[in-house]
This record gives sequence, structure tokens and C-alpha cells, in this order.
Amino acid sequence: MSDVVERTLSALPGLLGQHDLGAGPGGGPGRFSATSRLGGLIRSITALSSKHEEEKLIQQEQTNLKATVSAPTTTLRLMKECMVRLIYCEMLGYESSFGYIHAIKLAQQGNLLEKRVGYLAVSLFLHENHELLLLLVNTVVKDLQSTNLVEVCMALTVVSQIFPREMIPAVLPLIEDKLQHSKEIIRRKAVQALYKFYLIAPNQVQHIHDKFRKALCDRDVGVMAASLHVYLQMIKKNASGYKDLTESFVTILKQVVGGKLPIDFNYHSVPAPWLQIQLLRILGLLGKDDPRTSELMYGVLDESLRRAEINHNITYAILFECVQTIYTICPKSDLLEKAAKCIGKFVLSPKINLKYLGLKALTYVIQQDPNLALQHQMTIIECLDHPDPIIKRETLELLYRITNGQNVTVIVEKMLDYLRQSKEEYTIINLTGKIAELAEKYAPDNGWFIQTMNAVFSVGGDVMHPDIPNNFLRLLAEGFDDEKEDEQLRLYAVQSYLSLLEEEDTFYPQKFLQVMSWVLGEYSYLTNDGDPEVTITRLHRLLKQTFVTSETKAWIMTAITKMSSRLSCSKTVDKLIQEFSTSLDTCIRQYAFELKHLCENKELMKKLLPLDASCDEIMVDASLSFLDGFVAEGLSCGAAPYKPHHQRQEEKLSQEKALNFEPYGLSFTSSMSSSGFTGRQSPAGLSLGSDMSGNSAEIGQKETNCLKLDGVRKLWGKEGYLPKKENKTGKEDKTQPVPLDSILIGHVVDPPLMQSEQQVVSLSEEEKEKQQLASTLFVGLGSNSTMSLMGRADTINQKLKKKSKISESQNSEEASSFQNIATLPFSPLPDTTPNNKENFQGNEHLGLRKVSLSPSEVLETSVSFDTSQSLTEAGLDEKLSNCRLSTSSLFADRNIEVFQPPQNVPDIVASKAPLSLCLPEELAGHPHSEIVELCSCDILTVYSCKVWTDDCSLLVLFVANNSTSPLKTVNLVFESTEHFKIFESLSYHFPVIEAQSIERCQKCVQLEKVCTEGILSGSISYHLDTDTHLEFSLTFSLSDFIRPMKITTEDFGRLWLSFSNDVKQNINMSPSQGSLSIALNALKQKLKLHIVEIIGNEGIAACQLLPSIPCLLHCRTHARTLALWFRSSCSALPDSLLYQCQKMMAES
Amino acid sequence: MWQKYSSRLPASCNKETISEPNRKMIKFFLMVNKQGQTRLSRYYEHVEIHKRTMLEAEVIKNCLSRSREQCSFIEYKDFKLVYRQYAALFIVVGISETENEMAVYELIHNFVEVLDRYFSRVSELDIMFNLDRVHIILDEMVLNGCIVETNKNRILAPLFVLDKMAES
Repeated sequence: MSDVVERTLSALPGLLGQHDLGAGPGGGPGRFSATSRLGGLIRSITALSSKHEEEKLIQQEQTNLKATVSAPTTTLRLMKECMVRLIYCEMLGYESSFGYIHAIKLAQQGNLLEKRVGYLAVSLFLHENHELLLLLVNTVVKDLQSTNLVEVCMALTVVSQIFPREMIPAVLPLIEDKLQHSKEIIRRKAVQALYKFYLIAPNQVQHIHDKFRKALCDRDVGVMAASLHVYLQMIKKNASGYKDLTESFVTILKQVVGGKLPIDFNYHSVPAPWLQIQLLRILGLLGKDDPRTSELMYGVLDESLRRAEINHNITYAILFECVQTIYTICPKSDLLEKAAKCIGKFVLSPKINLKYLGLKALTYVIQQDPNLALQHQMTIIECLDHPDPIIKRETLELLYRITNGQNVTVIVEKMLDYLRQSKEEYTIINLTGKIAELAEKYAPDNGWFIQTMNAVFSVGGDVMHPDIPNNFLRLLAEGFDDEKEDEQLRLYAVQSYLSLLEEEDTFYPQKFLQVMSWVLGEYSYLTNDGDPEVTITRLHRLLKQTFVTSETKAWIMTAITKMSSRLSCSKTVDKLIQEFSTSLDTCIRQYAFELKHLCENKELMKKLLPLDASCDEIMVDASLSFLDGFVAEGLSCGAAPYKPHHQRQEEKLSQEKALNFEPYGLSFTSSMSSSGFTGRQSPAGLSLGSDMSGNSAEIGQKETNCLKLDGVRKLWGKEGYLPKKENKTGKEDKTQPVPLDSILIGHVVDPPLMQSEQQVVSLSEEEKEKQQLASTLFVGLGSNSTMSLMGRADTINQKLKKKSKISESQNSEEASSFQNIATLPFSPLPDTTPNNKENFQGNEHLGLRKVSLSPSEVLETSVSFDTSQSLTEAGLDEKLSNCRLSTSSLFADRNIEVFQPPQNVPDIVASKAPLSLCLPEELAGHPHSEIVELCSCDILTVYSCKVWTDDCSLLVLFVANNSTSPLKTVNLVFESTEHFKIFESLSYHFPVIEAQSIERCQKCVQLEKVCTEGILSGSISYHLDTDTHLEFSLTFSLSDFIRPMKITTEDFGRLWLSFSNDVKQNINMSPSQGSLSIALNALKQKLKLHIVEIIGNEGIAACQLLPSIPCLLHCRTHARTLALWFRSSCSALPDSLLYQCQKMMAES
Repeated sequence: MWQKYSSRLPASCNKETISEPNRKMIKFFLMVNKQGQTRLSRYYEHVEIHKRTMLEAEVIKNCLSRSREQCSFIEYKDFKLVYRQYAALFIVVGISETENEMAVYELIHNFVEVLDRYFSRVSELDIMFNLDRVHIILDEMVLNGCIVETNKNRILAPLFVLDKMAES
């Protein structure tokens, strides 16, 4: 096929002549029309020989074009040609903005092909936020309403390419209508357009999620495939919301794989491969960490693997996706085995592209199953020396994932080798980061660590991530638990840098020099043998180098200052002061003077620069109280009190406005300055007096923040960095899965390493080398050496771990995550965990494995086995019968037509609670929801009720014991979500629930992250003979957390001005909604707004999101539309409230 | 004295800039010939016009430097290039890290097959003289950085209708 484009440029002149008149068979009118101006342009472009010529040619072309497009006589046909020429100009990199408006015009006026080219030019020329795009909206609206399908198609295509976000409401209803169109292509393109809207403004299409479901079950494959894009995005954001669709996706994939699609969807006799890939991706996201959902897809994944047997690139693409999905979802051993085999085939393939794919898959898989690396160790070694740098790079990526304390030196060496050869900036940044990370984590000794970091600094130079030197310095400064170790590391660093600086005229990157000077300044006192004078001389020499930037010079000066505080007198320092006191660089001159004055007062200098105190806190007078006297004096002399910046700006703004078009602005300007309302953030600030002290306190606080963040010592301090460290440890956990399993494996596997060692005898020298490399690289990977690794791992890994606090928190994190795993209801049974099946070659060791299980784990698994089995079985039966029902009627006439995903089945079937349940008196007075059943089993039932008090949302849960015996230790645990916060704690413990009685627990729920709706889930467990576990979930919507805010019109005006986040929207009112007051009252009831005032057709209302985020609403009716205008201090709130309003208005 | 340097110490930045949910799977689609002349370019993420020429030059330099034995995927900055050569013409697609390289590699071929069907034995000249039509075909296949249609009949249907109408 590579000969498809046969006629190359060399044949150009001849061809130009030949094809003048000929119309190509498929090419429509005039395949090449070289006589036209376009032809002329193309001919000259191909004849170009230099950039200069091109510039001249295009400039001339642009002048011609400018004249032509603006001439009134230009026909649309000619205009279309001009557009193509303009596209050429832009393609070659010459902006032709004069033509943009004409492209829009052509789209508006043109006929079919001209119109299409107009739209094409617009989509190529303009970007999402281009202002001219607004002019396109009318044309799009007109074309969407056209009776000509071709025009509708074009409009839909352009909408899905580029459309101004704020104009979505103008076309949304039209496009929604198109979802019911009889032609598949229109429906398909409508879904694509809605996908675009979903990407740029998800809130605006929230109400059509049901329609996406319909598109998913469309009888046409294309429409269904288009909806998958939407689902992939939505599932990426929130997988749990779409679990009910899993069966649908599985069924679709089954049909695609089974060849049920029309034959023209085949590509090289593989049915719709890209569709398969898309579906596999979706399944992977759905099945991740969810055993029940994963269960549903094992069958189809197996079939996909089986079917993809044809020897063609596209089947490899499918296989690759399949393997990824299999390793993403909850593991199933025989699938894993097949996937591993598949990866093996890839890696061993002589085809280079396949090898790459295999390495990529291996890199992904290796985190779950390090043993696979062992299987392919020789191939990996070969790839490490592969002539193609891309393969090498991917191999290093793989090695990075399997690094441990024993192979770190070899792997880092390989990485450094690659790093030294590479010149691409991005690669350097990436690799230096990884090396630094590995060095910090696994360094075997001080010398190696410092040497490696030296290499990183010299190669990474000034492009590497600034975190690398920062972390390194912090590590040196903070040290570890062992004071002696710390000192040795620092000493080694100092010695290493001194010897590096010994040589004159060697170039080091600035960042490296900065690191060296800081370390020398802080720790050079540790060397006993070295004369400080020598160190200072070396640093002094650097100051005179031309390649040293003034920033680095500042670091060096500081280092010298620190060192000289420990010397009684120094010739070099004196010389240096003299030399730089006259420096032209003001900054350096300043340092020189400071140094000079300090040297005159050694007492002060020693106090100012104490020894090894870089981690000590500096006390900062945050309130700047020492300035109070000064301020008071100033005020008494008639100075104006300080006003914060934003307040000044507002005043200025409001004074400037002669005509105010914004509501409620004018009347409050005068009161603004006196009320001293400060800070857009705090509505509570309303009552703040404007006295001087209040103001100065605020300034003080602000200053505090700056000072605290900036103080150098603070930067190296222990607390300032804590949150970041925690993040990091979190990451470590991820990249380095706790090798719990590998302990087990250690007993079982016949170690491949041993085998390879036995073979060594008969191998050639080169092979031997490779073998040796292999044994150093793959040491400690799930083989028999693991035991010793685990034994030693602690000492090795801990070597460079940071101080106690962090490791403690890490431990507790690990512990808790372990608990989580252990308490998962359907946690994978030991026999299906990923590694085991493969490692069971030596079955006789089975007994051993059991022994090595930790007692708690044994207990946990056996327990969960008993109880969960019955539950899963029941669930499965139900699902199976569903399957049968839906599949039997499928594909009656080879169309995807009939499968129906369950339409929005709510998680809980709300059934009325027994009458005996009632709220306690203190709560019954507040508005509350009905009491509904959340979940139940034979033994107990959980009911829920939401109570909306003035200052919080309470969730009251009733737990009823239906059995005849008392229940002990009933535990209620909520899952933490990003959206909600549950007060006091996430769990509740009922010591005992008597037989046939009801206990109650209440929790205050708060919205943490604004969303229109969210799901709070949790579980209840109890012990009766066995431990039992019940899950439940309930939905909270934004309106649960909204309360009226009772304020006056005056306050409203003041607040209105102070908020910056606003959203405006026009909504159509139905006749029944009538006047403004009716509409507002409806909103008031449903949304719990406080109506501040209504004047004529304008009204204002206010509400707050608990605990106290205010949101203001201004609305105005005009004819049949209601213009809503929200403002709030929180950016997400107006959007979500608007959505609620829209929904409400649509419902009523 | 100490605080002077504070501003010089870079603030800790978040190393893990998690890719935004809206990042495009396919970032651009290019056709460039061996001489480095761009024959078609379509960007699915906005790139300034002067940066485009630079990017295209670098991309083709990268492709040309590789031999036929080397693999067709290149790591380039924070994304990947997938390329395929047809005679003197390179088709290069920029994709995100997470996209399936082989699927895109075959997408390129599918695209060429579609062109081949439409122009019946397509050549570089066909592409140059019918830039608008090639764009229309590409728009049917890739939209918004997503692969939206791969069925050849369906890809070509809208264009055939346009051609027919233009004739009559």
C-alpha cells in the first residue's frame, strides 16, 4: 500500500499539463484545474526553493487575495477558490486575518460546496474564543432549521468543531430535536455536537443525559458509536454513576466482536476495530476496583482475545487495549495468563512497532505483576541496547517501574547513560526527575547518592525541575533520624564539592553551583582538614567567572558570609569586600557592604548566622505590631487610614461610572467607604467596623502569609513542607506496590534466576555479560531473593527516608489502606489474586503459602468468603436472567436495536417506612424529607431522613433490628467523598440494638465541593454469628444545602458589588408561570431563597450555601423570558444554582 | 539577610499536573512531504500560527531522521507522534500519551485508503489540488480529536452528495 502515493513531486510539471482538463473519476468537477489561480499558486509553491522566495510569493498572493475578497463583484464561486488559497497561506504559516470575515460570509451566503468550504475555512482559521465566531451563530441556527439535509449536516459538523460557549443555549434545543431525526447521519452528528458541548460546558447539557442513553441504544451503529465518546468522558469523571450500563457495553462489544455489524464496518476483515477499542477502554474504567462489575466483562474480554487472531496491525491494536483492560479491572487468573502470553508475543516479535507496543504493555502491567519482567528479562536487556532510541527510552521507563534497593545502581547508571546522550529538553527534564526520585528512595550509600545527584545536576543543568535541587537541599538540611548518618552525608557532599571546585575553569550549570555554595556555606565547617580559607578562595574564584549569573553570585556571596562568621579574620574576605564594594552590580555591591559591616561586629554576626541552624524556625512578628505606634502617629497627623487595594479599586470604579447599567450599584457608593466592608470572600465582614485597628489587623494577617511563606528558614522548616511530603509518600506507595504478594511468591516459584544461572556455563562471553546484567537488573523481583529483600528492604529503603513524623503518617496510611482492602465486601478471594495462578507451577508448596499468610488476613478472607458468596450468587442469578431476556431478541435483522439499558434505575427503591419511626421532638419541628428505606436484610433495616435545620443539613439514620435477638456492635461507616463532609467522624457505632427495636444516629452533612447532585454511600456491618455487611447510598442535591439569607436591599447592593463570579441566563417561562412574583415564589419554595424585594418586573433574592457562602439572584422578566443573574463569592455556586433553577422551571 | 534569597528559591510546584479531562486524544493531523513542505494540517488543540510552522518543521525533521527499521512512534515533548510514509509524503499524527499508537497508525492507513477510493489512486497532487475535499474527508473521520467514523462508505457519503449537487 505504500505505493499508493506514487506520483511524486518529480513528476509534477508533466502532470500539471496532463490534467488540465481531465476530471478524475471520483474527484468531482475538475480534478486538477491548473489553469485557475489556485493552480497557479500551487505550481509556484511547489517550485519554491527558499524561505525567502516563499515569503515573497505569499505576500504577493495575499495582496491579490485582499483585493479580490473585498471586491463587490467577486462571485461566490471565486470566493470559494480564494478561501482555499487563504487556507494555503495560513497552512504555510502566514496569517491572513483579513479573510476571516469573508469565510464567515461565504458560510452564510454560499451554496452547498461553497458553504461547506466557508465553514471549513472558519473552523481552520478561528479558535474557540475568537470574537468573530459570534457572527457565525446566526448562520448555524439558520442551517440547522434548513430542510436541506446537507446543510443541516454541515452546521452540525461545524458546531462540533468550534462553537462559542456562551451561545450554546441558542442552538441547544435545535440540536436536541435532531436526536429524533430519521436519518442516521443527522442523529450521529447531533450526538457529536452535544459531545462538544459536554466538553466545553458540561452543566448546560446535564438535562440531556437521558437522551445520551437513548443514543446508546440507537438502532444505528454510527449513532451508538458517537455516544460512546460522551460516555467515555463521563465515565472518566465519575465511573460509579454508570455502572448500570456495563451490561449494555458488554453486549455491544459481544455483538461487534461476533461480527454482527454490517460488512462495511470491517477494516481488513476485522469488525469495527476502533469501536472495539473504545468499548474496551470504557469497560476498563468501569471495572477498575470493582469486582462485581469486572465479573460481567470477563466473558467478552476472553472472546475478544480469542477472536483477534488474524495477523494484522489492527488486531494487535485491539489486543493491546484488551490486555490493558484486563490488567485494569479486577484480576481473573486465566485472563491474566492469556494476556501475559499475548504480551510475550508482542515483546518477542521481530516487528519493531509490535515490540514497542509490547514494552508499553509490559510497563503498564509490571506494577501488578513484577514476575512478567523476569520472564522477559533477556528481551528487556536486548532492548536496552537497541539501536532505536525510542525503544531504549521505553525500556528505561519499564526499568524505572521495577527499581528496588538492589538493582538501583545498575538502573540509574543505564538512565544516566541515556541522559548523557540525549539533547532533547523534555527528555532531560523527565529523566532527571526520575533519577533523582530513585536516588532518594533507594540510595545504597552516601557516596553513591551524592555522586548520582552530582551527575543529575551537571546534566540536568538549568532545565531540570526546580524541585530536584530543593528537595536535595531539604534532605541534607533536615537529615534523618540518625545524627551521625546526617553528618556523614553532609561531610561527603562538602568533600565532593570541594574537589569539584578544585579544578579551575570547569563549567557547571548555575543550579549546581547554587547547590554547592549553599552546602559549602552551611556545612563546610564539618571538614577538619580543609582550611576555610581555601574554600573561600575557591568560591571567590567563581565570583569572577563570566559564566556565573548574578543570581548564582548572590548564593555564593551568602555562602562566603556564612563561612566568614566562623573566622576571626580572613585575607580573602577582606580582599573580596574591597573588590566588590565598587562592583557595578548593585546587588553584589549591597552584599559586599553588608559583609563588611558584619565583619566589623563579629558578635552580631555569630548571632545572626548560627551554626547548622537552617532548620530552626524564625520568629516573625506577624501582626506587625511594632508599627502600631508609627501608624497611630501618622493618623494623628491627619493621614488617611489604609484601605486595601480592592476597596480602593472599587471606589474608583464606582466613581467613574456615570451611567450605571448594573442594578443596585449607585446608591451604595457613598456608604462603601464608611462601612469598611472588606474582602470579597467574607460576607460576614458586613458588620466589620472601619476603625483603624481592624484594618491594620487585616493587613497584618496578609503580610503574615507572605512573610511566612517566604522566609528562607521556614522553607527548610519541618512543618511548611509537610503536606507536600505526604503527597509524595502517597505517590511512592502507588509506584511501589507493597510487595506483600511477593513474599508469598517467594516460597512458591521455581526462581527463573536459578535456571538462568545454570545455563550460564554453555554461553558465550557476550551472552554471559547480558546474563550478568540481567541478574543485577532483575534482582529482588518476586524470586527467591525476595525473602532476603524483605528482610533488608526496611534498612535499605529507610536509608534516605525523611524524619519520623512523615514515616509515621505513612505507616498509618498504609495501615488504613490495608484495612480498607480487608473490609471490602467482595474482596477478591485469595485464589483469584493476580500473581498466584501463574506461580503455581510448584504446587507442592501450596501448604507453605498458607502458612505465610498473616493471621489477620486469613481470618478476614475466610469470613468474607462465607458471607459474600451467597450475596454474589443471588446478584448473579438476577443479572443472568436479565441478560438472557435482553439478548434473546437482539439483532433480529442485524441491527443494533433492541438492547435496553435499565433506564436510570434508582439505587434504592424508596418504600415507605413503618409508622413507628419518627423523628425526635427537637428535629420534628424542622422541615424534613420523608423517612425512606435505605437498605435491608433479614436481620436489620436502615431508614433515612434528611432534616433541614437553619444552620445545617442533618442526616438521620434509623437502624431497626428485625430479628429476635439483640445485635451487638453494629457499625455504620460512610465512605468519604470529595463532595461531602460528614461532621465529627465518618462512622457511628451502636453498642447494642435490642431485638425488634430501633436505634437512631444523626450526622451533620456539609457540601465540600459545589455540585448539583452527589451520592453519599456507606455501609453498615453487624455481627450475628458471622460478620455481615450491607451497603447503601443516598443522593444529596445542592438544594439540600441551600438556606435563605435574610438581608436587606441595602446589604444586597453592597454584597452584589463585592462578588465577582456571575452567571447570566435567559429562561423561557411557560404561560402558567406567569408573572415574576409567581416564578420567584416557586423558586423560593423549591430552592429556599429569601426574596429581598420585588419592584415591578425586577426582583432580588438571596440565599446561602451552608455554612455561609452567599449567593445573590437578580431577575427580571421581559415578555416570556425570565432573565436570571447570579452572583456569588464562590465560583461554582452560580452555575450550579442556575442549573437547579432551570430544572425547576422546566419541571413546573 | 536571609529573606533576600527567599524570592529566588523557586516555589514548590505541583509535579503531577494531572491531564485535564478535556485533553484531546489526537492533537494534530499533518501531511508533510520529504522536502518539509506542509500539504495539509489540522489542529485539534489551538496552536498559534507561528508556532505551527516551527512545530511542523521539527516534526518532519524527527520523522526524516528515522530509518524504516525503526519504529513508527516517536516520543516528542509530552506527547507522541505516529507517522507513516507513503512515497514522498509523510502523514504524522500527534497523540496524547494514553492513546493507542497502533490504532492511530492504522487510522492513517484507513484515511489513505479512503482518499485512494475517492481519487482512485491518490497522489500528492490530488491532495494539493483538492485540499478542501481532503479536509472534508478528514472532518468526517476525526472530529474534536476523536475518531468518529471509520466506515469508508459513510465517510465519503456527504462528499459524494456535495459533488453530485455541484455537477447538476
